[in-house]
Amino acid sequence: MKIVVCVKQVPDTEARIRIAPDGKSIAEGELSWIVSPYDEFAIEEALRIKEKKGGEVVLVSVGPDRAQSSLRTGLAMGADSALHLKDPLFDAADPLGTATALAAAIRPLAPDLVLAGQQGVGGDHSQVPGLLAEKLDLPQVTMAVKIEIGEGKATVEREVEGAHEVWETSLPAVLSAQKGLNEPRYASLKGIMAAKKKTIETRDAAALGLKAEDLAPRTKTVALELPPARPAVRMITGDADAQVKELLRLLHEEAKVL
Amino acid sequence: MATILTYAEVREGKVRRPSLEAVSTARRLADSLGATVQSVLIGSGVAPLAAEVGSYGADRVHVFDDASLSAYATETWARALAQVIAQEKPAAVLVPYTAMGKDLAPRLAARAGAGLASDVVHLEVKDGRLEARRPVYAGKALATVRWEGEPQMATLRPNVFPLGTADASRKVETVKGAADLGTPRARVVSVQAGGAGKIELTEAQIIVSGGRGLKGPENFHLVEELATALGAAVGASRAVVDAGWVDHQYQVGQTGKTVSPTLYVAAGISGAIQHLAGMSSSKVIVAINKDADAPIFKVADYGVVGDVFEVLPKLTAAASALRSGRS
Repeated sequence: MKIVVCVKQVPDTEARIRIAPDGKSIAEGELSWIVSPYDEFAIEEALRIKEKKGGEVVLVSVGPDRAQSSLRTGLAMGADSALHLKDPLFDAADPLGTATALAAAIRPLAPDLVLAGQQGVGGDHSQVPGLLAEKLDLPQVTMAVKIEIGEGKATVEREVEGAHEVWETSLPAVLSAQKGLNEPRYASLKGIMAAKKKTIETRDAAALGLKAEDLAPRTKTVALELPPARPAVRMITGDADAQVKELLRLLHEEAKVL
Repeated sequence: MATILTYAEVREGKVRRPSLEAVSTARRLADSLGATVQSVLIGSGVAPLAAEVGSYGADRVHVFDDASLSAYATETWARALAQVIAQEKPAAVLVPYTAMGKDLAPRLAARAGAGLASDVVHLEVKDGRLEARRPVYAGKALATVRWEGEPQMATLRPNVFPLGTADASRKVETVKGAADLGTPRARVVSVQAGGAGKIELTEAQIIVSGGRGLKGPENFHLVEELATALGAAVGASRAVVDAGWVDHQYQVGQTGKTVSPTLYVAAGISGAIQHLAGMSSSKVIVAINKDADAPIFKVADYGVVGDVFEVLPKLTAAASALRSGRS
């Protein structure tokens, strides 16, 4: 089966965030970039399905030049080929614009399955899988922690508040990966060498038949700030008995949260 | 007259609190815009809940009540809400950022061609338009967001927007939604309830989280016992989740859940940046750690430098006594 995996490149989760001089974006200078952790689960799942059922795994990423390194990481893990969607119009897109670009690239591939992380860490929108499913007119199951592929259908488990749901969907479908789905593999040296020979094709907006108005953002970040600093900590001293007594008094009488 | 529309999520026969927070927020915004509030209820046997939604501020409730709607299905729900949006042309649509809202809102936004701001923590009216604030990079930064066009769609983080006062005497008009919503291609085939009485992390008022300082999974009961004593949900750091001590659904932080409880107790958690990102918007933070230089104390309001094995049992006993003394 043909599986498409959407991959987003994001700042390392351990990175400290600084605001750029424009006051609307992050300073990229010293950042190191990784494949969004949820997308790693999606890549891993696609590879496991391919290993069981056969087929091919195609990665698609929207991003600037640097996104190529994340596609290379996915190819080294074992994906077969990659599409890099790159255009200044995509750089300014909101999640709806990103999903529009992805849909335009994925539609002609006619995949049996589309996988994506449930959220791109950083922007934290958690929107693209659902937007993409609607754009492609495919069913969706989001936040999957278990996926089983059957004949023309998939059984997917997901967690909601206080319950565990089992869903069934016809294929093709868009499924989004939640932590817990699997443990992503590391690329082997052989995989890294093989990835160097695999092709990454690039498409711009025109190649996808998209115009500026198709990608016009409906939401705009007008300012980006660091969160307000929290007040200084009050250290509670004494032995454990005294600390516990004083802590409960403060929570009860001063903070009024107990 | 402009309209603000909200989706009122029902689970186990009840309108969930995050949905009532959304109605309350819609009412507050509508009052400053001179707009009306409308809500949508979808499910089987949900019609009687319209009165409660009305008591929190909805002027009109669209009710899709049918036996075929007993289990949530993304496509069906999106179709119902898109119908109401097409009909009422709301200026804004507010959906709670719950598991269901998180699944539903993007599909609906694409269908309605609306801009969507996710996981919003602050919403106000500026020059007749909405302006939202939302955490990004798991709370390492805050973005201010505005919309182009309408509807201006947002998902609201639970526990952040205040619940209004219910007024049972408020008049509410109910409108029956169209019956034919089609057959969804993806649907729920079975549901297993989680642990009885388990409190959902993202909606908990109090959270007690444990980290590496507990030294091993066999000691994690110390965290669970304090949580029980406080009526709290249990959380964990990424380190202990990755080590397999507890399931990933307990993880607080950048690749886990972002939480904003009234009280967050971090026990034996040093405070890696990705953990701090997920919990530093909590109202009051207590840190218990043996290392006085641990980064967790930089975000804490109250710090206890001490041994978790000594402090936690004493705190559990004292908290139980405090709560039973009051009831």
